[in-house]
Amino acid sequence: MTLFDCRDAFADTLCTLAEKDDRIVAVVNDSIGSSKLGGFQQRFPERIINVGIAEQAMVGVAAGLAAGGRIPFVSAASCFLTARAMEQIKVDIAYSRHHVVLCGQSPGISYGELGPTHHSPEDLAWLRTIPGLEVIVPTDPAETAAAVTWAADHDGPVFLRISRTGVPAVFDAETPFHPGRAHMLREGGDVTIVALGTVVPRALAAADSLSARGIAARVLVMSSLVPLDTEALLAAARDTAGIVTVEEAYTCGLGGAVAEFLAQRCPVPMRMLGLRGFAPTGSVEYILEDSGVTADQVASACTELVERAA
Amino acid sequence: MSGHVSPAELADAATRVRLQDLTMVTDAGMGHIGGEFSVTDILVTLYLGVCDVGAETAQDRVVLSKGHAAAALYATLAEAGLLARDELSTFVQAGSALNGHPARTKLDAVEASTGPLGHGLPIGVGMAIAAALDGSEGRTYVVTGDGEMQEGSNWEALMIAAHRRLDRLTLIIDRNGLQQGAAVAATSDLEPLADKLRAFGWAVREVDGHDHAALQAALSSVPWEAGRPSAVIARTHKGHPVSFMSDVAAWHHRVPSSEEASRARVEIAS
Repeated sequence: MTLFDCRDAFADTLCTLAEKDDRIVAVVNDSIGSSKLGGFQQRFPERIINVGIAEQAMVGVAAGLAAGGRIPFVSAASCFLTARAMEQIKVDIAYSRHHVVLCGQSPGISYGELGPTHHSPEDLAWLRTIPGLEVIVPTDPAETAAAVTWAADHDGPVFLRISRTGVPAVFDAETPFHPGRAHMLREGGDVTIVALGTVVPRALAAADSLSARGIAARVLVMSSLVPLDTEALLAAARDTAGIVTVEEAYTCGLGGAVAEFLAQRCPVPMRMLGLRGFAPTGSVEYILEDSGVTADQVASACTELVERAA
Repeated sequence: MSGHVSPAELADAATRVRLQDLTMVTDAGMGHIGGEFSVTDILVTLYLGVCDVGAETAQDRVVLSKGHAAAALYATLAEAGLLARDELSTFVQAGSALNGHPARTKLDAVEASTGPLGHGLPIGVGMAIAAALDGSEGRTYVVTGDGEMQEGSNWEALMIAAHRRLDRLTLIIDRNGLQQGAAVAATSDLEPLADKLRAFGWAVREVDGHDHAALQAALSSVPWEAGRPSAVIARTHKGHPVSFMSDVAAWHHRVPSSEEASRARVEIAS
């Protein structure tokens, strides 16, 4: 199976958009290479603003650029962008209602062996509490391209979580992106798996193995964490035995968002699979296995919910 | 607004702004009157005597980074005709656009939402880069407190501005020497501030921050050196010109009693 690095789709799409709209600028913290923006830099040298290793100022500068009529795409490792500049994200971008696209590169545990200093398993949980900030986690190259295109046109603050971890193509190239709308990739009435980002293939593999055992698992891809597709969640809660969430993040990201909503509207049994604590040294695969974010564990959690309901 | 307003007219406007500010703070029972009075002459000079702001074609931008001096900003905006005067009485009242710290989403004349310190200068750098990309002649002025210069984000922004040769960006530091709890020098000293700013690549001048003619001359004549952003260290007094408030840290956010307000009113108007 061919695996893709979503940063390529991000950078290619941004170049294409910037060709047509000279308001688009990139703002980076010495992160041109790690964002794969070398091509953008060559084509638009005046429109890449490299502030150096200065994340707080980077986000403030982006706010000022937006005030000056530009559409800034801030592109930096998610661990530094979100943790170092959280107050600027809150005040300068979200509270100020600026059209700035914050691109959290190589998020979650995609830096694997580099260790917890370079991981951002907390970014989804933090960012979803900030009013007015849309939080989008594209699944694959096609959805990355669609989300970048949408974000360039959306008149408000956006966070895009873009991974370097290889992922298979899940969507067709022409699939449009709609905020607040989940994709149902597997229909099923027994149990529901809600997933986003790099671990969507694990959810699909779990559904396929469950299907072989006669359990029909619905798979919802919740690329739009904020706004959440509450209709799809309500339907899943009513139609199936329970919900299993899967994410390359602490479970207070997607799992917490789903639980918060359903606890108030239609409580159902849930299991949340995601990262736990500071990761041990190891590869992305090793850390996900260590955290129990595997297709087998997703299938087990689904089976448990189905048996519990029986 | 333009640079044709005389220093004497600016002084009269500053008196009206301080009297208005005093009314707003005493009516509301909150504010930051010490830092508002120290920065008033800077704001009045910028909005009435230096900058091209407000009109459709206006190109200059002013960012008040020390957002806790919001009442002084609002009163100055009203003086400049950029805010309806009758809105001032709503300061910090329920549902008012006049938040305790200025919000760009609530008032058109506010260029940046500020309050947490160390935000305005990076935003001003972004504005200046946008103007440079546009080939605009517009100037960006950012006003910070001096205690605020303890924030690391300001030093990030100082480096970026110098590196990018943003000579249409001007920083004005309201150097009243006091932060919330004590003297800046007793907390985390900034000196030698002018030398530090020069070492960071900025052109620097020190002026009396209550002298409208000096402020107007310095702020109207930027850039002083081609290719360098400009920094004005404006020597001010917290609580100026009220004798019992001046240079007293407690007046950072103390609210005057009615008797104190009466005395202050007399001293400001005299």
